[in-house]
Amino acid sequence: MIINHPLLGPRDASEFVYLGDASLINRPDPDAQNAAELFHTYSYERANPAGEHRELWYHEQGDRSWLVVTRNTLTHAITEVEMARDVALKQGRDR
Amino acid sequence: MRYSALQILKQGLTGNKGWKPVWREPEPKPAYDIIIIGGGGHGLATAYYLAREFGMTNIAVLEKGWIGSGNVGRNTTIIRSNYMLPGNQPFYEQSLKLWEGLEQDFNYNAMISQRSILNLFHSDPQRDAFVRRANAMILSGADAELATADDLRRELPFLDFDNARFPIKGGLFQRRGGTVRHDAVAWGFARGADMRGVDIIQNCEVTGFEINNGVCSGVKTTRGPIRASKIAVCVAGSSGRVMAQAGMRLPIETHVLQAFVTEGLKPVLPGVITFGAGHFYVSQSDKGGLVFGGDIDGYNSYAQRGNLPVVEDVAEGGMAIMPMIGRARLLRSWGGVMDMSMDGSPFIDKTDIDGLYFNGGWCYGGFKATPASGFCYAHLLAHDRPHPNATEFRLDRFKRGHIIDEKGVGAQPNLH
Ligand SMILES: Cc1cc2nc3c(=O)[nH]c(=O)nc-3n(C[C@H](O)[C@H](O)[C@H](O)COP(=O)(O)OP(=O)(O)OC[C@H]3O[C@@H](n4cnc5c(N)ncnc54)[C@H](O)[C@@H]3O)c2cc1C
Repeated sequence: MIINHPLLGPRDASEFVYLGDASLINRPDPDAQNAAELFHTYSYERANPAGEHRELWYHEQGDRSWLVVTRNTLTHAITEVEMARDVALKQGRDR
Repeated sequence: MRYSALQILKQGLTGNKGWKPVWREPEPKPAYDIIIIGGGGHGLATAYYLAREFGMTNIAVLEKGWIGSGNVGRNTTIIRSNYMLPGNQPFYEQSLKLWEGLEQDFNYNAMISQRSILNLFHSDPQRDAFVRRANAMILSGADAELATADDLRRELPFLDFDNARFPIKGGLFQRRGGTVRHDAVAWGFARGADMRGVDIIQNCEVTGFEINNGVCSGVKTTRGPIRASKIAVCVAGSSGRVMAQAGMRLPIETHVLQAFVTEGLKPVLPGVITFGAGHFYVSQSDKGGLVFGGDIDGYNSYAQRGNLPVVEDVAEGGMAIMPMIGRARLLRSWGGVMDMSMDGSPFIDKTDIDGLYFNGGWCYGGFKATPASGFCYAHLLAHDRPHPNATEFRLDRFKRGHIIDEKGVGAQPNLH
């Protein structure tokens, strides 16, 4: 698989480390009433779709940036690659 | 029909005209007591033990393709019980004991061959860890045997003992481990279940559940709706997809694992050998091919095929312990999709939906578990309480903090 890095261009997937579902960006509020429940869901439960999947890849053997890759789990076809930072900022996070 | 040497002789003398199909091809009935979704090893074993041990026969096994088309027919056929944690080891030892009597039990030749499994170690700390594991195994009634490098030099002279990076310092044998003809396991359980009245329905994909007020009372399939008071999901790599139809999210990611086989060679490998410094394991099939594999590809996938970086990694692992493998030509490679759980251990449990049961999360090691998984799942379905050897395989164990993490890597499925 080739991941089209937004800054570095096409890179082989073997340069990256895979973390999983991009929803891991949305860490729950540790001060929430039901924080234990929220963290359980966040840490352990996955949507695990057959089809389009947004997921976190870390360019360990490159510029060490985190990317959000949109990839089809049935075909491995990659349709979109974004900087995880941009995604988080767009979602209203401060960094 | 009972299979025996006498039967072969009799059929041979009468033109082999008396052999019957190994199982029937029934039309689905409108309702059963129990529906098992998934005709892989675990689903068929569950049906078999429900009929054989618990006297329940009004059962259908629904398989979307043909039985054995999933992982039971794609795996590298290794059986062993060299686990360490209390929640796991008694279960896998029960499984190995069931394997030992299985062919007599279901009257089918599954070519079970206890040719041993050897886990190599390459450093002193690793030796300590293996001694600890061996002791845990012996405590659970399994066998374990530590071999020094000198022992191994005598038994397996072709290993690369003096490898500069990963010298071989010894290994942990489980002599009762070995390999099994995987397809025959599916066929043997299918035949045994069918003979006792279980309907095995192929080309019947479950497309949804009938759930009202928290009670599951049936399934929708490509061959029409079917009702049952108990629905037992057992779909391995498809767990995520199927349970999503019941609105459930699981502590599981689906990943692809590849396997490889070389051209047929004369006998060179007596048993199963695994590399301790990377992920590589190899055995020789009765046809002579070296059957081997390594790590999962590491990203979510339902594609049943992997990519080249893992092929390279596996080949490097092989070269690191037995350089002679470099002379063998690769014949085929393939992939299967696996339900990797958050702690690397499986689930055999009731769900919060009444009448809906779940068996899955077997990762890349579920073949060896087939008989015990079937037995324990059947126990749960028949009695509505877990078998004593499967009490830890609960869906809520992460919430309770009772994870079973053999490898100690945490909630990161691609590392297990
Ligand atoms: C390459 C590879 C090597 C492996 N090596 C080993 C090994 O050496 N030792 C070991 O112990 N384990 C090994 N495993 C793991 C082992 O094969 C699996 O854990 C085990 O087979 C899973 O259980 P099963 O046999 O029931 O799965 P499967 O055979 O996959 O059965 C699941 C069935 O469910 C069916 N299904 C799915 N969705 C639906 C639906 N909606 N409706 C109806 N049916 C459906 C599928 O078609 C499939 O037949 C390996 C796996 C792979 C892929």
